[in-house]
Amino acid sequence: MMDWLSLSPQEWEAVAISIKVAFWGTLASLPIGIALAFLLSRKQFPGRALLDALVHLPLVLPPVVTGYILLIVMGRKGLVGQFLADHFGIVFSFRWTGAALAAAIMGLPLMVRAIRLSFDAIHRRHEEAATTLGASPIMVFLTISLPLAWPGIMAGAILCFAKALGEFGATITFVSAIPGETETISAAIYAALQTPGGETNVMRLALVSIAISFVALLAAQAMTRKNRSRQGGL
Amino acid sequence: MLSLTLERDSHEGLFPIRIDLKTDAQIIALSGPSGAGKTSILKMIAGLLTPDRGHLSVAGTVLFDSEKRISLPAWQRRIGFVFQDNRLFPHLSVKNNLAYGRFMNGLGRDPFHEAHVITMLDIEKLLARDIGELSGGEQQRVAIGRALLTKPQLLLLDEPMSSLDANRKREIQPYLLRLAAEGVPMIYVSHNADEIAELAGFVVSVEHGIART
Repeated sequence: MMDWLSLSPQEWEAVAISIKVAFWGTLASLPIGIALAFLLSRKQFPGRALLDALVHLPLVLPPVVTGYILLIVMGRKGLVGQFLADHFGIVFSFRWTGAALAAAIMGLPLMVRAIRLSFDAIHRRHEEAATTLGASPIMVFLTISLPLAWPGIMAGAILCFAKALGEFGATITFVSAIPGETETISAAIYAALQTPGGETNVMRLALVSIAISFVALLAAQAMTRKNRSRQGGL
Repeated sequence: MLSLTLERDSHEGLFPIRIDLKTDAQIIALSGPSGAGKTSILKMIAGLLTPDRGHLSVAGTVLFDSEKRISLPAWQRRIGFVFQDNRLFPHLSVKNNLAYGRFMNGLGRDPFHEAHVITMLDIEKLLARDIGELSGGEQQRVAIGRALLTKPQLLLLDEPMSSLDANRKREIQPYLLRLAAEGVPMIYVSHNADEIAELAGFVVSVEHGIART
C-alpha cells in the first residue's frame, strides 16, 4: 500500500517544479496584475479597451497559441528573448523560468479580474478622505486602496497559482517537458499516460495534484476570512 | 482672511455652482436645503472638485486661480474636512486613523495638542478599538479628531454634529469656537438654525447651487 502511494524521485521532482513554477509565476505577475487592475479600474485613457482585451487574450486563446507566441517573442532567437539573453543573460526557453513565465501569463487574466473587482468595490470616499489628510496619490494607493483591496488581491493570487499549477499547453509548447527542469505535474501525468502500464503513476500524481490545489484553496479561504474579521465587517 | 470666487458649470446633470465670498469671519455657516450644493462647495474648496473658474486664497496663500492656472492638489492644501459620513478607514484602528494625517503631513508629535483633542472629544477609551466596533456618534467624534490633528489652515465641516447627542454637541461647540478664536477658520454646513446661531459669525445661504451672503 505504501509503495503504491510513494512517488519516485522523478515524480517528486515534477511536484517540486510545479510548485516552484506556480509560486514564482504568481509572485512575478502580482505587481503587474495589481498595476493593470488599478489602471483598468480607475483610469480613463486612450487604448484602455485594447489593453483590457490584451490582458484577457490568454483566457480565450488556445494555450498552444500562447505558448507559440512566447516561443517567437521570448525564445532564444525571439524578439525580446534574444535581447534579454545577450544583454542580461536571462534565458527563458527550455528553462523552468520559462515555465514560470508561461504560467504567469496564463494566470494573469484571472488575477487581474479578481483584483479589479476588488478595486471597483472600494469606496472612493475613503481615498478622498485620505487626500484631504495630506496623502499624495501614491500614498493613497499604498495606505488605502491597496490594503482595502487585499482580499481581492489574495483571491487573485490564489487563482493565478491554481491556474499555474494546472498549466500544460502553453508550457509544453514554450519550454517542452524536460525532466528535472521543465517537467511539471501536468506534463508528468501526460507522459505517464503515454507509457504502457503508467496508470498507477497517473493516479498517484493526480492525487498529489488534487491535494496541493485543495490546500491552496483552503489557505485562500482562511486568508479571506481573517481579512474580513480584521476589517470589522465594514 | 478667506477670499474665494468659485464657479462650476453644469456637469453630468448637476446644476451649476457659484460662490463669491470675502470675509474675516472665523466661522462661516453654509445653510440651505438638502441638495442645494453645499457639499459641492466644500469639495471645490478642498480641491476634491475642480471649479471651472475663480480663485481661492486662505490667509493670503493662493490655492486656486484659474487665470494664473494655479490649482494646488487637495493633498497639499492643508484643509481639514469632516465628512457627513465620517469616512474613517475601516482597516485602521482608531489610533491609526487619528495618526494618519500627522504621518502624511510629516508633522512631529505634539502630545499636548493630541491629548487636548482626545480629551475634548472623549475618545481616549476608543483608541485601541477597530472602526467597526464604534457607534455612529463615536465614529463622528473620531472623524472630527482626525481632521483637527492634521492642524489644518482651514476646517470644513459637513454637518459634523448630525449624529451626536445634545450633550456631546454642547461640549464640542465651545471647542470649535475656541479653535476659531485661535486662528483656524472654518466653514460649517448645517441645517440646524440653533447651531448656526450659536457658532457662525457669517451665514451664507445656498440654493440651487448659488451662494448668497
